[in-house]
Amino acid sequence: MSEHAMNFMPAEGFRARAKDVVENPFLRQSFRGAMDFLINKRITQFPDAEELETLRTLGEQIRQYNLGKLPALLVQLEENLTRNGIQVHWAETPDEANAIILGICQAHSAKLMVKGKSMVSEEIELNHACAAVGIEAMESDMGEYIVQLAGEKPSHIIMPAIHKTKEEIARLFNEKVPGVDYTDNVDELIQIGRKILREKFLVADIGLSGVNFAVAETGTLCLVENEGNGRLSTTSPPVHIAITGIEKIVEKLDHVPPLLSLLTRSATGQNISTYFNMISGPRKAGEKDGPGEVHLVLLDNGRSQAYADEQLRKTLQCIRCGACMNHCPVYTRIGGHAYGTTYPGPIGKIISPHMLGLEATSTMATA
Amino acid sequence: MSARDRILAKLHAAPVLPKAAPDIAAWYQTHRGTESIVEKTDRFRSCIEFAHAEVHAVSPGSWLDKLAEVLAAKQIGKLLVAPRTAHGASAIAGLAQGGIECRGYDSPIEDWKDEMFHAIPASLTSARCAIAETGTLVLWPDEHEPRLMSLVPPVHIVLLDVATIHNTFYEAMQSEGWANGLPTNALLISGPSKTADIQVTLAYGAHGPKELVVLLVGEEA
Repeated sequence: MSEHAMNFMPAEGFRARAKDVVENPFLRQSFRGAMDFLINKRITQFPDAEELETLRTLGEQIRQYNLGKLPALLVQLEENLTRNGIQVHWAETPDEANAIILGICQAHSAKLMVKGKSMVSEEIELNHACAAVGIEAMESDMGEYIVQLAGEKPSHIIMPAIHKTKEEIARLFNEKVPGVDYTDNVDELIQIGRKILREKFLVADIGLSGVNFAVAETGTLCLVENEGNGRLSTTSPPVHIAITGIEKIVEKLDHVPPLLSLLTRSATGQNISTYFNMISGPRKAGEKDGPGEVHLVLLDNGRSQAYADEQLRKTLQCIRCGACMNHCPVYTRIGGHAYGTTYPGPIGKIISPHMLGLEATSTMATA
Repeated sequence: MSARDRILAKLHAAPVLPKAAPDIAAWYQTHRGTESIVEKTDRFRSCIEFAHAEVHAVSPGSWLDKLAEVLAAKQIGKLLVAPRTAHGASAIAGLAQGGIECRGYDSPIEDWKDEMFHAIPASLTSARCAIAETGTLVLWPDEHEPRLMSLVPPVHIVLLDVATIHNTFYEAMQSEGWANGLPTNALLISGPSKTADIQVTLAYGAHGPKELVVLLVGEEA
């Protein structure tokens, strides 16, 4: 597929893709408007500049402390997850991660996977890997669902469909979803998505999610979200598979509150997300719901290369709030797709070379 | 060598750059004050109302009447309850006369998943505690009051004892000793389900409950 090829060699065609966006006033307006909105939302969450600076410093200390102990913490996390009944898998490459996930799916004769939002699953192109073996992988985050319906990729790591207007989404639903009339009323569009995806949550064989923080001392996987699709993906199907980069780990449970506060206030300008979901095991004897099996896939994919160098290691401190995109003058003008990488914008520029190689990302330095 | 061994070998080969442990307690001590129950209740309430939750102050003697009133106002005739909890049993005993059918979550979800997704308009659960700073309910679902109760029904009604409200998330986990043992699933809930994924326009009722109702149980209503 062309989008796969684009991801394989993002440097090719970068200038042409960027030019297309720069010359498209509608897209320019979509990105400018959305980024200004997110910048202002973030400002209102941090009225006290001193608090913001000290909290950011604390957040950096937490991330640096945990990266300093990364190999030992991964082993501790594995021990405690295993003790809790969560099965841990390790993958060096996207292909290995896909093989692990497909293996679990096939062991359960799975036909339908419902997905909570996971950028790491985008990074490994999991949906393509599922399709190749006849497993339907269905995105359930509203933005991801829209992007999947359109046959596109997310253009922003927090707001996947930010490049689309409600009128475009209305036309998309009208064309692609059977029995749906044209409506550009946002509430109605969301209710259409809710109705369709609820039936998927009801019957899905596998629920897949990302991880925002993995807590080593308790063996806990934490997920941040607003819609409830992350909770449904991790609670309703009989099997839950989580996937994360190896860097998303903290030693102590009390490392979580400062990072959570920085994440939600910076990402969407909320003092906290609607849901914060902490998973410490599969369904226990006597419990009446929750998945009978929980798996975690730990993915390297270039992160250990970044780890090897003191300066590059700092790229692993990122908590994926996306604020760097919102504030980036280049991202705001060319949008996420022009980069051709899973992670666009400033964070994408510094982590994508580790994942895809310098040649494939050679235009990043000038983006 | 396994993928595990190769990844760990690469990380071990990297320079060891130990960093001092972060002093999280000191930050909270400097940047977050402690408040009285009344102040915490007010802050909790204003935050969660800002997030579109519906809040009613009740007392231990009046919450059941308020629950019936809320259900009547929303024209809801069926409520999912946890029969082996005290509040679930009270609801079953107290709502029958008003014509509310209480459906008990009394068997594994596999036995009645379709009904849960299609025929349960509302649920009642308790909250373990709450967080004033962010207007957050804390739920620790268990075998009696399972996880899907607070997720699938379109209306979720929660009982919260105001004496259990903490100032911050950090204070909640510290004072309750969460690191010593977490349940299968611990949840922070700070409003009804929502999304801004279409043109950054806020819409409620994305995938979880469309409405969140908090019955704030204090000494006096």
